[in-house]
Amino acid sequence: MTVSQAAPEDLRAEALAALSGATDEAALEQWRAEWLGRQDGRVTLLLRAVREQPADQRAAFGQAANAVKQALEAALGERQDALKQAALKTLSTTAALDVTLPGRPQTIGRLHPVTQTMRDCVKAFQEMGFRVAEGPEVEWSAYNFDAMRIPDDHPARDMWDTIWVDTLLNGERKMLLRTHTSPNQARVMERTPEPPVRVIVPGKCYRQEATDATHEWMLTQIEGLAVDEGVRMSDLKGVLYEFARKMFGQDRKVIFHHSYFPFVEPGVEMAMDCFICRGSGADCRTCHGTGWIEILGAGMVHPEIIENAGYDSARVTGFAFGLGVERVALLRWGIEDIRHFYANDLRFLGQF
Amino acid sequence: MKLLLSWLREYVDVDLPVPELARRLIDATAEVESWETIGADWDPERIRVAQVVAIEPHPNADRLRLATVETGAGRQQVVCGAPNVAVGQKVAFATEGALLVDGHTGEKAKLKLRPIRGVESAGMVLSEKELGLSDSHEGILVLPDDAVIGRPLVEQLGDVLFDISTWANRADLLGVLGLAREVSALVSRPLREPATSYSEGGPAIDSLASIVIQDPDLCPRFTASVIQGVTIGPSPAWMQERLLRHGMRPINNVVDITNYVMIETGQPLHAFDYDLVRGKTLIARRATPGEKLVTLDGVEREFDGQMVLVCDGEGAVSVAGVMGGGNSEVSERTTNVLLEVATWVPGNIRRTSMYLKLRSEASLRFEKGLGPEMVEFAHRRALHLFEQLTGGTISKGMIDVYPGKQPPRTIILPAARIEQVLGFAIATDDVRRIFTDLGFLCHHLPPDRYSVQPPYWRPDVLIADDLIEDLARIHGYDKLPATKLRGSLPEPEPRPVEDLRERVRDLAVGLGFQEIITYSLTEKQKLERVVAPEDVRRRAPLSVVNPVAARHTYLRTSLRAGLLETYAANRRQHDGPLRLFEVGQEFLPVEADLPHERKVFCGLVGGTRETRWAKAGEDRIDFFDAKGAAEAVLGALGIPGAFKAAVEYGLLEGHTARISAGKEAVGLVAQVHPETASAFDIDEPVFMVELWLEDLVRVLPERPAYLAPSRFPEMRHDLALLIDTATPASRLIDIVRSHRSGAVRVTADIFDEYRGKGVPEGKKSLAVAVRYQAEDRTLTDEDVARIETGLLKRLEKELGAVRR
Ligand SMILES: [Zn+2]
Repeated sequence: MTVSQAAPEDLRAEALAALSGATDEAALEQWRAEWLGRQDGRVTLLLRAVREQPADQRAAFGQAANAVKQALEAALGERQDALKQAALKTLSTTAALDVTLPGRPQTIGRLHPVTQTMRDCVKAFQEMGFRVAEGPEVEWSAYNFDAMRIPDDHPARDMWDTIWVDTLLNGERKMLLRTHTSPNQARVMERTPEPPVRVIVPGKCYRQEATDATHEWMLTQIEGLAVDEGVRMSDLKGVLYEFARKMFGQDRKVIFHHSYFPFVEPGVEMAMDCFICRGSGADCRTCHGTGWIEILGAGMVHPEIIENAGYDSARVTGFAFGLGVERVALLRWGIEDIRHFYANDLRFLGQF
Repeated sequence: MKLLLSWLREYVDVDLPVPELARRLIDATAEVESWETIGADWDPERIRVAQVVAIEPHPNADRLRLATVETGAGRQQVVCGAPNVAVGQKVAFATEGALLVDGHTGEKAKLKLRPIRGVESAGMVLSEKELGLSDSHEGILVLPDDAVIGRPLVEQLGDVLFDISTWANRADLLGVLGLAREVSALVSRPLREPATSYSEGGPAIDSLASIVIQDPDLCPRFTASVIQGVTIGPSPAWMQERLLRHGMRPINNVVDITNYVMIETGQPLHAFDYDLVRGKTLIARRATPGEKLVTLDGVEREFDGQMVLVCDGEGAVSVAGVMGGGNSEVSERTTNVLLEVATWVPGNIRRTSMYLKLRSEASLRFEKGLGPEMVEFAHRRALHLFEQLTGGTISKGMIDVYPGKQPPRTIILPAARIEQVLGFAIATDDVRRIFTDLGFLCHHLPPDRYSVQPPYWRPDVLIADDLIEDLARIHGYDKLPATKLRGSLPEPEPRPVEDLRERVRDLAVGLGFQEIITYSLTEKQKLERVVAPEDVRRRAPLSVVNPVAARHTYLRTSLRAGLLETYAANRRQHDGPLRLFEVGQEFLPVEADLPHERKVFCGLVGGTRETRWAKAGEDRIDFFDAKGAAEAVLGALGIPGAFKAAVEYGLLEGHTARISAGKEAVGLVAQVHPETASAFDIDEPVFMVELWLEDLVRVLPERPAYLAPSRFPEMRHDLALLIDTATPASRLIDIVRSHRSGAVRVTADIFDEYRGKGVPEGKKSLAVAVRYQAEDRTLTDEDVARIETGLLKRLEKELGAVRR
């Protein structure tokens, strides 16, 4: 074999010179292949040539060749490190980001604010032991009105402007879009042979009503009902007080004042102190300067309704309340117009 | 109901500040909507009562005079142009700087004094206009003789007008006296009832008129008197003023008295011209169907057989409890009056006024239920005023037909019931005081009961709990403690569909969908765009009689229309992707029953994907986004869904799949037919997912099937397979998934579909990642190769699939 064999020291000088000319990952790899390649790298060949050396020189040659290999490997390592460092340096300097640019949009879905508020309300009552039930939105007037002690030709019907379904049964109009969730008081008690009853009934209601910033013809209510021996009006206040604090802050206060609903006796409306102005704003938009915000109607279930359920009204008492979910949502976010809810404009919905 | 504070004060001394009075009324009695202060601008220093003591002509002007007034702080001379100024009058006198309404401009301005035609004026004698009381500029305002000289006018004439909404069960509060009774109880001050005395100078009533109640079921009581020799003229200024403040137009003294007493007591009255009453008899009876009468408002009304009329000897003269007839109306020529004060059945009056679309001040009161005992007081009060104000002579006696007379109602109230209902006790003394202040007769029956008799003006009080309400509201709800509910909890009712609905809502949100809530009522033509003609049930939606708007007439039988509408509306605002969903009810008609309210999830996606920094890109959301969403929801629920090509109305054929799980069809995923989309003003491809929650719940596993993660690695080997274009990829996947070799589980996912160059006509190439998993060992390449060979054979045999 007549391979002209350069001395190991010469090879080392040549290789290191070549290495200093390699300025990127590709050039380094090419250099590695040329010098340290497993098959035919020049240093590999050198090491292979050890066997061809005369016996007396073999050890020295081998040592020198190995030293060259190690030196080159070390130099390559250093060089690779330096390049890596330089690259990292570039990443954080010339390749630095403008971190104030916006992030890539990630799609996030949202629940409708009425659903969110509904769930929060439901949760507040569930924590107080209330079960949840639902009832039909299209309802018999017998449940919506008669069972609630609002007979035909009763002036209290003015309180609920009704949308009637255009069907006749035995020549009479009996089907309507429920005007409130209260018919479920009768429905729930009907299927509960014995108290206790402790239930909330959320759902949509409908009113034949002109809409404005505070009135919408489709609305969401939560009916509450607790019937048992020993249920008192003070418990009603306790439950609603707890609710107001859960929804609007621990320092809320509530008051009752007299009201009238044919299905409760006594009947009250509940107001809570204004959490916006805390009673000090003469021109507060939320409470109109009164310091109080009316949030719901309530009362003790009329004994006749208790009796109609087959319970003994002398032993069993109950309370009921009806809460407007949109009203709670308007208050908690300071929304100025109830009509936003069912306009479904994403510019509105996307904020909750 | 309006309430004038000065009128209230005639019956009860109340000196609470106005906001405090309003608050007490709201807490206990009725909703005070607002109040208006009359004379709020009258400066007490600068506008006072004075008396005219001398009048001289103006030296330089014929139409002006010089009046000397006693102001209480010395005499002053003013220039005055009013024609009605006279010595001795008490007048309103303003000095410089008083804020007044300018007689010419109508604007408020401070009074600036300057010489008028060369004579200095120390102040101004005021008209109603300058005080903002009316537009009358004709003459000066003349105050009553008992006005105190030097007193600030605001104290003499200032007032507060409340606007009060009363509750539907309290007809008595539609009278000033009724509100006064409440205030009297609230402030614990005695009530002064107005005068009801009169003399009976005329002939016996029986010789003048007679009353017949033919339908006593609708007329519990009818009373009548005759007032002879009345002089028709305007009613006194104070009466007109009060009527105007309560929104009633003064007409003449006779009509005004009936209106005044109605506002005062809450009991409506009606005055007939006695000489126009034929036969001198009044008959209360049901109308003959089709019977007609021209009412006082000049409109001819037609009646049905349920409506009650007051008739004379020949025919109808009044719609009972609603409005009188023109044929017996009191006019300037009237000299004798027949006065009717009666009680009617509330529901019947309400029905009549609703059917006739004629709601009068009288009907609004009758329909709320006036006690028949209120009649007598109001009747006597009116006769008192007739004697005082019309110069008429009152007949002797009063006709009183009273078939509905009831014995006084006594209610037993056990003291324990108060605590049982309210949660706190009220002391015996307080119970007695509250009832007495409200006009109830209350006896304590020791040891622990009360016997209570409600007053005649409170027919709403029927049971013990009604009494408890009166106690609670007067005692004050601020004294009601807040306590914790005691007792046991009821059994929960399972609500599988509702629970599933909430999970699906959360899953949709997790997938980036925005929830919307649309109206349940829509238009038929919109439903027809999304519901197949052969779907007769959904094509025959229930309608409502009185929609809030024509576009909200039909109860939706599909959620799709609402979503498409909302999509279109939002597309006008947004580029980029839209992902919307609603979970709601389809209202499916059921014969002779309430509709089936079927719970459905409907999602709609479309638009271009966003590129970096929220710019709409070129890449469009497509069918597989919608399907991916459906799969994700089903996957999270643990329901294995199968998708099969289907043809559905309103959806694009070849781009529609029906989803099934087990034996149930549970939904659809599809591209909305471009023509359907276009009908909703959407001009881009949109994709829909519909999940039928009531069907889905039947295949919902109670809990997901759990598989412990294997300790051994999974082997993956990709295949490219050619199959007929018509063969659904799902068949290939099904075969792979069903392929088992020993204990090795084989699964597969398609990661590409390719047709075109390099693939024969009529074929498609599917890239499939096949995964192999053994539970007992690490598989070798040889194991995989062996199973794959078997699998490929099967695929070739069953599908004609060959490796590409
Ligand atoms: Zn406030």
